[in-house]
Amino acid sequence: MGDTQDKPVGQGGPSPRRRFLREAAGVAGGACLLSLGVGLYAKQASALPAIALRPPGALAEADFLAACVRCGLCVRDCPYDTLKLAELGDGVATGTPYFNARQIACEMCEDIPCVAACPTGALDRSLTDIGKARMGLAVLIDHETCLNFLGLRCDVCYRVCPVIDKAITLERQHNPRSDRHAMLLPTVHSDYCTGCGKCEKSCVLPGEAAIKVLPLKLAQGSQAEHYRKGWEEKEAAGQSLIGEQLELPVRGLEGRSYGDTRVAPGQGPAPAAPVQPGSGLDSGWKP
Amino acid sequence: MSAAASPRAARPRVGADAIAGKGWLGAHKWLLLRRLSQLGILALFLAGPWFGLWIVKGNLSSSLTLDVLPLTDPFLLAQSFATGTLPYKEALIGAGIVVAFYLFVGGRVFCSWVCPMNLVTDAAAWLRRRLGLKGGKIPSADTRYWLLGFMLIAAFATGSLAWEWVNPVSMLHRGLIFGFGLAWGIVGGVFLYDLLIATRGWCGHICPMGAFYSLLGAAALVRVSAAQRSACDDCMDCFAVCPEPQVIRPALKAAGQDHPVILDRNCTNCGRCVDVCGKNVFRITTRFDRSES
Repeated sequence: MGDTQDKPVGQGGPSPRRRFLREAAGVAGGACLLSLGVGLYAKQASALPAIALRPPGALAEADFLAACVRCGLCVRDCPYDTLKLAELGDGVATGTPYFNARQIACEMCEDIPCVAACPTGALDRSLTDIGKARMGLAVLIDHETCLNFLGLRCDVCYRVCPVIDKAITLERQHNPRSDRHAMLLPTVHSDYCTGCGKCEKSCVLPGEAAIKVLPLKLAQGSQAEHYRKGWEEKEAAGQSLIGEQLELPVRGLEGRSYGDTRVAPGQGPAPAAPVQPGSGLDSGWKP
Repeated sequence: MSAAASPRAARPRVGADAIAGKGWLGAHKWLLLRRLSQLGILALFLAGPWFGLWIVKGNLSSSLTLDVLPLTDPFLLAQSFATGTLPYKEALIGAGIVVAFYLFVGGRVFCSWVCPMNLVTDAAAWLRRRLGLKGGKIPSADTRYWLLGFMLIAAFATGSLAWEWVNPVSMLHRGLIFGFGLAWGIVGGVFLYDLLIATRGWCGHICPMGAFYSLLGAAALVRVSAAQRSACDDCMDCFAVCPEPQVIRPALKAAGQDHPVILDRNCTNCGRCVDVCGKNVFRITTRFDRSES
C-alpha cells in the first residue's frame, strides 16, 4: 500500500522509540498546522453579511456559531420556506440557517416552529412571544428613492408591517418642495420592530428596497449613556432640574405656546408681492 | 464492479477467486448490503424534500425521525461542549442514542454503513485500483487522532464549531439534502486526494470524525473474525480491498495476538474481506467468539 506506517518497527535504523517520537512530532505538527488554518479560517469567515438575517430567537452571532450544528431542522419546520441553510459560497457560515428578507420575509408565526425545532438552543426557547424577536431592525435607508419621501402616498411598508403603528409609524412633515402638501414619512421604532422583513419584501421599488432590515449592530448606534435627556429627567423629577426658563415673546408669534414657531398658510410675514394668477404652485412665500 | 478480469492487470482481478467460488452475488453480499444501507439512509432523508414524505428531518448532524426520535452526531456535540455551549436535552439524548448504538456495533460502522463520503472514497479507491495508480504521499494513520484533538482545541479557542467550516462529510450529506453551493469542490477534492495522492487517505488517515468513531467503537461487540485463517492462501485480496488494511494482519497472521478476531478499533466492519475471500476465511461475529473453525 506504500504506507510506511504499517511496517513493523524496530528492524534496524533508529530505535523504535526515537522513530516513534519523530513520526509523532511530524504528524502532530501537520495536524496542528491544519487545525490552525481551519481555526483562523473559521474566525476570519464568521462575519455575517448584512442581508443575511438569522431566525427568530437566534443567539448572538458568536454564540450562535458555537451552538448551531447545522442540521436544518428549523428550515424544515418553517411553514413559509423563509429559512434556508447557507451553502458554501453564500458568505454565511456554511450550513447555518438564515433568510433574505427581500426574497422571503419571516411571517412571525405565533408558535415559532423554528425555535421549537432547534435541538441545541442555537435558537433560544426563552423566546415565546414572536413580538419580542429581534432578527434585525428595519431602516428606511434610501430617502432619495422612497416614494413617501418623494411626497407620494405609497405607505406599503407601513401597511404590511405586522406591528403596524408601533414598529412603523407615518410621521407627518411639511413638504417644502410643493409647500402645500404633507409628506408622511415611514419611521421605524426599534422598541417594536422584530426585523421580520415584511417591509423590505414589500417595498414597491424594482430591485433593491428603500427600506431594509439590517443586523441590529449595523442599524443602531450605541446609546450615549452619559447624556441626560432633559425632557426625560424633567418627567422623572416632576419638574425641570434647572428651574423654569425665562420665556421671551417672539414677534409675530404672540399668543402661541412657547417654542412653537410653525407657520401655517396665511400666517407669518405678508408676501412681498401679491400672487399673480396662473403662477402655478408657487405660493410666493419667501422665508 | 464487473466480474470480467481486467485486461490491464497481469494477475486476476481482486476477488476473482471468490466470484468463481461463491458467484457474483455471494462475493458482493456485504458490499451490496452496505450500499443498500448507505443509499437507504440517504433516501430516508431525501424522501421529505423530494416527495414530501417526512420520515426523517434534518441531516446526519442532527435529525428527527417520525417526529419522536432525535439523533445527533456526538463528535459535533463534543465540539459544541468544547466551545462552552450546553445544548438542549434533545441534542443530548440524540447523541446518547448514537453513542450507545456505535458502542455496540462498532464506531466505524458509521463510516462504512452510513457516511455518504464512503461512496466517494470507495469510488476513488476502486478507480485507483483499476487504473493501477501507485505512489503518492500518505500521511500517518495517526494524523486523524491528532486532528481530532486539535479540532476540539480549535473549537475551544475560536468559540465556534471550527471543523464544520471545512468538514467535507457534513457538507456532502447536507449538500445532497439542502443544496451544495460550492461544497462540490471540497467533496471533489477528497475524491482526487484519495485517487491521486493517498490511497484511502481521507477516511483512513485524516478524517477526525472517523477517528472519533474509532475511539467510540474500541470495545464494540460486533467484530470480524479470520476464523478460518488456516485456509488462507495468501492471495492478498482482503488487503487490497480493506479500507484499513493494517487491522487484518494481527488476526490473520497471529501477529501479536493468538485469537483470530480483528479487535483493532479502526476496523469498519464493512465486511468486504468476507466478500472477496475465496477461502471463506472471514466471518462477522462477536468479539468474544474466538473459535477457529
